[in-house]
Amino acid sequence: MMSTGERLAYMAGQILRNFAVKGQEAAIAATTDHILQFWDPGMKARACAMLSDPDPALPDDVRAVFLRVQANAASA
Amino acid sequence: MTFTREKDFGTPEKHGETVSLTIDGQQVSVPAGTSIMRAAAMVDTAIPKLCATDSLESFGSCRMCLVEIEGRKGYPASCTTPVSPDMVVRTETEKLRKLRRGVMELYISDHPLDCLTCSANGDCELQDVAGSVGLRDVRFGYEGASHLEGCKDESNPYFTFDPAKCIVCSRCVRACDEVQGTLALTVDGRGFASKISASQDEGFLASECVSCGACVQACPTSALIENTVIEKGTPERAVVTTCAYCGVGCTFRAEMRGEDLVRMVPWKQGKANHGHSCVKGRFAWGYAQHRDRVLNPMVRASVDEPWREVSWDEAIAHVASEFRRIQNAYGTRAIGGVTSSRCTNEETFLVQKLIRQGFGNNNVDTCARVCHSPTGYGLKTTFGTSAGTQDFDSVEQADVVLVIGANPTDGHPVFGSRLKKRLRQGAKLIVIDPRRIDLVRSPHVEAGYHLPLRPGTNVALLTAMAHVIVTEGLVDEAYVRERCDGEAYGEWAAFVSEPARSPEAIEDLIGVPAADVRAAARLYATGGGKSGGRGAIYYGLGVTEHSQGSSTVMAIANLAMATGNVGKPGTGVNPLRGQNNVQGSCDMGSFPHELPGYRHVSDSATRALFEADWGTALDAEPGLRINNMLDAATDGTFKGIFIQGEDILQSDPNTTHVAAGLAAMECVVVQDLFLNETANYAHVFLPGSTFLEKDGTFTNAERRIQRVRKVMEPKNGYADWEVVQLVANAMGLGWTYTHPSQVMDEIARLTPTFAGVNYDVLEQRGSVQWPMNAAAPEGTPTMHIDHFVRGKGLFVVTDYVPTDERTGPRFPLLLTTGRILSQYNVGAQTRRTPNEAWHAEDRLEIHPHDAENRGIRDGDWVSLRSRAGETSLRALITDRVAPGVVYTTFHHPDTQANVITTDFSDWATNCPEYKVTAVQVAPSNGPSEWQKSYRAQAEQSRRIEPAEPAE
Repeated sequence: MMSTGERLAYMAGQILRNFAVKGQEAAIAATTDHILQFWDPGMKARACAMLSDPDPALPDDVRAVFLRVQANAASA
Repeated sequence: MTFTREKDFGTPEKHGETVSLTIDGQQVSVPAGTSIMRAAAMVDTAIPKLCATDSLESFGSCRMCLVEIEGRKGYPASCTTPVSPDMVVRTETEKLRKLRRGVMELYISDHPLDCLTCSANGDCELQDVAGSVGLRDVRFGYEGASHLEGCKDESNPYFTFDPAKCIVCSRCVRACDEVQGTLALTVDGRGFASKISASQDEGFLASECVSCGACVQACPTSALIENTVIEKGTPERAVVTTCAYCGVGCTFRAEMRGEDLVRMVPWKQGKANHGHSCVKGRFAWGYAQHRDRVLNPMVRASVDEPWREVSWDEAIAHVASEFRRIQNAYGTRAIGGVTSSRCTNEETFLVQKLIRQGFGNNNVDTCARVCHSPTGYGLKTTFGTSAGTQDFDSVEQADVVLVIGANPTDGHPVFGSRLKKRLRQGAKLIVIDPRRIDLVRSPHVEAGYHLPLRPGTNVALLTAMAHVIVTEGLVDEAYVRERCDGEAYGEWAAFVSEPARSPEAIEDLIGVPAADVRAAARLYATGGGKSGGRGAIYYGLGVTEHSQGSSTVMAIANLAMATGNVGKPGTGVNPLRGQNNVQGSCDMGSFPHELPGYRHVSDSATRALFEADWGTALDAEPGLRINNMLDAATDGTFKGIFIQGEDILQSDPNTTHVAAGLAAMECVVVQDLFLNETANYAHVFLPGSTFLEKDGTFTNAERRIQRVRKVMEPKNGYADWEVVQLVANAMGLGWTYTHPSQVMDEIARLTPTFAGVNYDVLEQRGSVQWPMNAAAPEGTPTMHIDHFVRGKGLFVVTDYVPTDERTGPRFPLLLTTGRILSQYNVGAQTRRTPNEAWHAEDRLEIHPHDAENRGIRDGDWVSLRSRAGETSLRALITDRVAPGVVYTTFHHPDTQANVITTDFSDWATNCPEYKVTAVQVAPSNGPSEWQKSYRAQAEQSRRIEPAEPAE
């Protein structure tokens, strides 16, 4: 069974794959927006914390999404 | 309301130009096509009748309803004679009286005269007609050929057939044909030997009869009568209320003697069911009085301990103090709740209010998470609102119907019957389903195309249909230009036109011949091949419960928009919602990101509205979904939950994961009728009330808001909304509701789409469909008529992304799950009724080829294993499923089909992927180790310590 961190990364990757047809940049933007709309603060905080955690390694596009979520949290 | 039968006009209502005529000197104006019998009934002239009833087409066999018409010879039957302009009719003359008495003598000469001891005494049309025609003697004697005495069929658990009481009017046969569409009954034999026969002269239980009750309702005598009437006598009052099973939302007359429910009779004026019913709503209400109901609150410190019965005060105080303790220790967001789609709108509204106002967070979710959450996401994105577009009546104007991932004759039987009626009238049918559901081929109904796709490939198939529609020039371009976002359409059309999206390119992937996909797409796009034809799509959980559930909903919406099939009767995108109030629970703000009326919690203007009304600041951040709550629980950050009327341990995927999440919490509060599976992990049990014991409203799949009316006092002491209020007030919220109508007033005050809804309006109109407000004062049967709610309809490119659940050498078969007519979801209600006679256990449907390869015979115990877990059940060998696919229902906790299902879920909403699980099937000796240990744990957990006697 996946850990919660692994599951969050998996969920973000799954959302990205469903937006991939828009092109990478648009998919990252749409996934970020989706996470901001539907994930609770704890899940978002956990995702941001994973940016500085080497284990598990985040795929590049998932990392890009989580960075934007982090930036959004910082600006809020 | 005191007891009277619903008025019977004798023949069905007609719609047409007005025709005026004279009946017994009275001027009458009625629609053309109306029978004389109905026209007379409309001015309260009751022409005697036996074979006629207004739910059935006229038949003209009993010869009781004869009339005289000026200028016409003879005595025509008023049921089969339509009105005509300036017709002059006489319903009572000496000649007519003589004729009717003569006919009645013949009937009575072969009818037992045991009226005083007959179960229909006082509620018998034969008795009434004998009285009304003035029958005083029977010249042919009373012996008759009562040759059918002693031939009672008591096989059906709910009704008895006594052929001795039968007058062979064939109303039952015609009800089965015309209303239910099963065609299980016939008149066997001739003359005195005539006898109603189920299937090939079988008992009712063993026959094809689906026990919908239409025949019982149609019977004018006691030949077919409810066993409860035989046992209890005829009712003395009736209260109209709404069924608590599926999302069709049938309304019933609860016919009572005192506080004792005698029978539920479908209400003819009910706009969702028009007087029809299924075996569940009509008969399977005995669970409400079942001995398993828990009527006292219970508390325990640990799930290892037995339950301890306590007072309501103690239980409520314990809940409040535990929730506050947890929040003080772990934070505001450490608790949450689950609303119930079985409960009323008002109760659901109050539970989410308790969480938002009292808990101070948005950790609220509902069972729609595991069924139609993708509908909410998909239809809001494409059309602008999270609901189906039509009313059920719309199907009567459809020329082609596409059913995808739904099994209406089992899951939504009353709508299924209406659909079959339309199909018998000539509408075309396309079925997209891995399994050969009954609709594919049943009496007088045959799908034009059945596309038995591989589970998990819905998006690929629908995109291929779009490919055909776009590349073959079948798009309704004027509609798209006027009604839809042009840029989005252009992108979508270019995407679906790519050769890689063609039916030929994906034939191997989906397992359906390309020619069939092309033909089905053409049939839908051309409105069944009829000029101006209308196409309607109906779908169910076979669409939503996938990793691409939301994409599939949007792909369906794309097809409907491209063909101009949204915004008028006979068309639309119609989710067949599962639970009685799943639409309502979503409307009421049960999702963690939305306030009532589908408004995002981050919208400060909406939040301000609620904050002003509730006098507290609301959280602007979305809360946790059920599966995220369970994750957070195993992580140690989520510690307490209030679950009203939902059994997440049995209904949610990956039972092991759910159990681990619940076990990790410090306070699990379950409010339910029974000690359900989830209660095995609960610390507080609050007894629930049934739909018969409370007032409120349910909202069905067509957005129809209907009253639920209390017909008896709650056996547990409180209606569910009162229990929520007790908890809220123990937490210091100061609620003062004294009736659910006040809650509806608050909903209307805070929710623009409900602005015009209140109990007075519901009382006057029977039901209304939201949106109902100043812009739509009559409510809204069909949505998006002039424009989409979001403005322009939005085409969304839906790329096929395969599920991560893959078959392979270890798990070579695909399991898909579903429901059966006689049982309902986790079976908490139906398993506690005689419906067990039809489906006492879950069976695994497996194709003969796959069974033979594994040495499995019909009825053998087999193990069903997936990456998530293992269970066992008995095999049912059938070619309903394709090779490589197996199917089971999930109604029985002993099977626990969700031990097998995985954590994979819809990308947008986390709706679980119940419909695709890679499995292996092998012969086994019986229940698995897991099943045995589960049973032992459940038994241990359900122990109740008797309350100490009061001093």
